[in-house]
Order: sequence, then structure tokens, then C-alpha cells
Amino acid sequence: MASIRWGRVAGWAVLVLVMVATLFPFYWMLRTSFSSTRSLAAGAGDLLPVDFTLGAYRRVLGLSSTAEAVAEGGSTGTVDFWLYLRNSIVVATTVTTGQVFFSSMAAYAFARLRWPGREAVFTIFVTALMVPPIFTTLPNFVLIKDLGLLNTYLGIVLPHLLMTPFAVFFLRQFFLGINASVEEAARLDGAGHVRTFFRIILPMSKGPISTLAILVYITSWNDYFWPLLVGKAENVRVLTVALGVFRSQTPQGSPDWAGLMAATLFAALPMIVLFALLGRRVIDSIGYTGVK
Amino acid sequence: MTSDTVRATPRLTAGAVPDKSPPRRRRLGDLPIAIVFVLPAAVGFAVFYVWPALRGVYLSLTKYNVLTPPRFIGLENYRQLFGDHLFWNALKVTAEYVVLNIGTQTVISVLLAVLLHRLTRSMVVRGIVLLPYLVANVVVALVWFWMLDFQIGVVNQVIEWLGFDRVAFFGADLGIGTIAMINTWRHMGYTALLIFAGLLMIPPSVYEAAAIDGASEWRTFWRVTLPLLRPIMALVMVLSVIGSFQVFDTVAVTTGGGPINATRVIYFYIYDLAFNRFNFGYAAALSSVLFVLLAGIAYLQLRLSRAGESDLKGS
Repeated sequence: MASIRWGRVAGWAVLVLVMVATLFPFYWMLRTSFSSTRSLAAGAGDLLPVDFTLGAYRRVLGLSSTAEAVAEGGSTGTVDFWLYLRNSIVVATTVTTGQVFFSSMAAYAFARLRWPGREAVFTIFVTALMVPPIFTTLPNFVLIKDLGLLNTYLGIVLPHLLMTPFAVFFLRQFFLGINASVEEAARLDGAGHVRTFFRIILPMSKGPISTLAILVYITSWNDYFWPLLVGKAENVRVLTVALGVFRSQTPQGSPDWAGLMAATLFAALPMIVLFALLGRRVIDSIGYTGVK
Repeated sequence: MTSDTVRATPRLTAGAVPDKSPPRRRRLGDLPIAIVFVLPAAVGFAVFYVWPALRGVYLSLTKYNVLTPPRFIGLENYRQLFGDHLFWNALKVTAEYVVLNIGTQTVISVLLAVLLHRLTRSMVVRGIVLLPYLVANVVVALVWFWMLDFQIGVVNQVIEWLGFDRVAFFGADLGIGTIAMINTWRHMGYTALLIFAGLLMIPPSVYEAAAIDGASEWRTFWRVTLPLLRPIMALVMVLSVIGSFQVFDTVAVTTGGGPINATRVIYFYIYDLAFNRFNFGYAAALSSVLFVLLAGIAYLQLRLSRAGESDLKGS
């Protein structure tokens, strides 16, 4: 039995190692963001912030004067991460609300209504799950451009606003599992499909719907490729795109590392907070979203 | 038995209810209301999935710079692809990336999943390993870009402190490997949790039987756990490989495809063609090739791994 105990100790050692390797970069982000870029080279290996300052945050939030930024070796380009934060919130919230709502309506029709062609249409929807995004991304860019929607919120949100095949597929699975008799009771009481959907199906599916909403929100928040193509302009620029732009500004031959880490932390924090609040639901969702 | 029949009845009669309605109503069922429910999604699907897919195929047969109307040139783009050394380079670099990324990620994730399964049910531990997956690719890429910096990155500080030479992590030799490892770091926890969910589905009785037979942990893992995990692993692998082929964000914010072309993966090459060289038709042709390639790989993987079958059902 002693050998098994040692096995457990070794197992825990590996697990702890993985957790340290996972958490250390987050700590390093934090440590660097409170440092002065100018001093980072001298204290490259210090575990604590070098020349503790809030200057990096002041720079990325657009509160810092040029002289102040230069003194700390930071970027002097004007950036305003409050603005990008607002843009990210607007985009992710709109996409999530629209996509979850319209997809759940469609999923209801596929799971619960009887109409000719239902299976055929659903099969076509699901087939699109296999298509790699790049295949539709370029033509979608052309479409958004032709519609004159480049650098608008609408242009950024539109392709994912009405549905994704995954969202429809995901919700249909749950609607299929709802006991039909509950719904029939409502129908016998004279409730129409619209009423049944809003009063019975949606409330009964609160769990899966919020799981989907969280997943959509995170995906939308973290998306880089699409907003890079259609939303580079400052007034609609989301956090991920802004990070890319900020990274390419190299005031002293190398990036403003402290500023960059402050900016990445600022971009990552909302997701980390969301995760801390709703962690269990996110973790529980991993099993069936990926594999089922 | 009886209770099963009773429970099944409502579903059966559900189909019978419309019998009381006139024949026309029965044929169309709930069509009018169904149209209302499906319409928004169907419009989204038609406009942003079907139409661009068709248009993508058409654009791949044209010369198109976005500013002037596309000019039809037949299969010229595809013919050109064969002689394009940058295309073959992108394919090679992407393949290297996928092999390194999927190889390390799979081994680490399986190990991690088994450890989680054997040692703890703690939500905190699972939350920590999932954390990197929740922040954007761009964020992950930039943090590692900083930590692996040649001059003042912390990793090179440690390497120097240990008495070795500094390593150019984003140089021509190691660049693609570094990017693969960064994404392994981001995805290993997520993949581990997928596999973990699969482990939970294996009935404990199987392990008990193995223990009674005196099988060691090691032997149990290879002879029992891994074979029973195969259907889940197959799907995880298909999804990971498809995702892995689409690496873009990490490359875009770190090396930008360089040095020279050492990290110019397919996605980045497509982006470059379309938005820096305004060669949309050619970029569309490349996207189509990638699509066919991915479909082929997914099909092969599913065939080889017999993903649809489970070893559990037979027993």
C-alpha cells in the first residue's frame, strides 16, 4: 500500500506543478503592470514589481501626460482602454443577446414544432458546423464592406447576431429532452406556441440557456480575427484589437512592456471576474459542449 | 415495464393529436408559426453562412482586389497555388505547428485528466487549470511574448541564472515551436476537462474488476482506461486538430509570420494575401483548399479511430 501512497504524492506534485505553471504567467502580468518600463531591464528577474508605479495603468487609460510616459519609458501613443472596454462590452453583449434569443427560437421550432422539411433544414444547419470560419470570413468581409458597415458596431456584430449553427444545435438538444407532457398541458389550456415558448420552454431551460450565453459571451469577448478585419477604427475598436495595435507601438525599440501588461490584464480581468462568479457553470459545461 | 409504457405514451399521442384537425392542417403541421420561429436564424444562416460559402467558391475563381469588380479567371488561382513556394511553406509550417501542438497537448491533457480523476473533485483545481482558456489568445500570446523576450524576459533570466545561453524563442528555428507551446499552455486545461468528462463516464465497476484481477495502476491505464476513452479521445482529437490548423491570433501579435517566413501559417498567409496584398481571389482559393484539407483530415481521423463505436456497449 505504501507504493500507492507515494504514487499519490507524485501525482499531487505534478498537479501542483501544472497549477503553478498555469498561474505564474498571470502573476507575472500583474507584477510587470505595476513596474516602470524604464526599470524593467535592470530588475528583469525580480519577483516583485520594479520601481512600483501605477503609471502603466494611467497610460493605457489615457490619463498620463506625454512627459510622464516618457519618464517611465512608456508608450506615448494615445490609447484609451476605457473606450475599448466599452466597445467590447457593447459587441459581446449585443452578440450574446441576439444569438441566444434567435437561436433558441429556431431550436424550439426544430425540437418541438411539426412542419414539413424540418429535418432537412436542420441537417443543413448542422452541416455548417464543419465549415472552417475562414471559408466564410473573407466573403463576409466583402459583404460588410459592400453594405458600408466597415468600422461600425453593426458590421462587427451582424454575422453572429442571428444564429450560429452551434447555438441552435446545443439548445435543440435540451429542448428535445424537456418532457412533452408539460408542454401539452399548457397547450390544452389554450396557450399558443409563442406563449408556450416564452412561459414554459424558456423558463424551464434557464440552465442551458445561461450556459450557452456565458460561452457565447466569452467567445465574442476573446475574438480577434473578425473585429481586426472590420473594426480597426478607434471608435469601435475592441480590446483584443486594441492590444494588437498597442503591441505594435514600440517607443524605444521594444514594446512598452509595463503598459502592455497593464492593458492585457485590463482586457482579461472581466473574463476572470465572470469566471470567478459563474465558474461552476462554465466548468460543468465543458463536458457536453465539446464532446456531445 | 408498465411504467415505461406509461411514460412513453405522451410522446406517442403527441403525434396523434392533430388527427382531429382538418387534413390540410395535418400536412403542414405547425408550419406558419414555425416559419416565424425559424425566420431570424434562417436569414442569418442564409446571409452569413450559405451566401458567403457560395461567394467564396466563386471568388476563388476570380482575380479580385476588392476595389474593382472580380474578373473570372477559371482555375488559374488553383493552378498558381501549386507553384507558390509560400503556400507550400505555409503548409509545412502549419503542419509542424499542428504536430507539436497536438502532440504535447494530448499527452499533457490525458495525464492531467487522469490525475484529476484519481486525486480530486475540487472545483477550484479544475477552475485553475481552465483559467488560461478563458482569456483571449491575444492576451495569452502577449504575456508569453513578454516572458520569453530575448533580452529581459523572465524565462531567459532563469536560463541564464542556471548557466545556459539565452534562447531566441521567437527566432527562425524555434518560433513555430514556441507558438505551439504557448497554445498548448492555453488549451491543455480545457482539453483535460473534456477528457475528464469522458473518464467520469467509465463505470467504476470496470476499475474494480481490474483491481480484483491484480492489475497495476499503470497496466489499468493502458489496458482499461485508454481503450474505453477512445470514442471521446477521437472527438477531442478531431476538434483539436481542426482548431489547431486555424492558428492565427498568436502568430499575428507575436512574430507576424517572421522571421522571414518561419512562422507564416496558412491562416496568416490567407490574411496577408487578402488584406496586405489585396489578392482576394487567390486568398479565397487558399481558403477553399484549407476547407477541403480539413474535411479530409477530419474524415480520416474519424475513420481511423472508429469514433462512432464504443467498447463499453459490447460488454
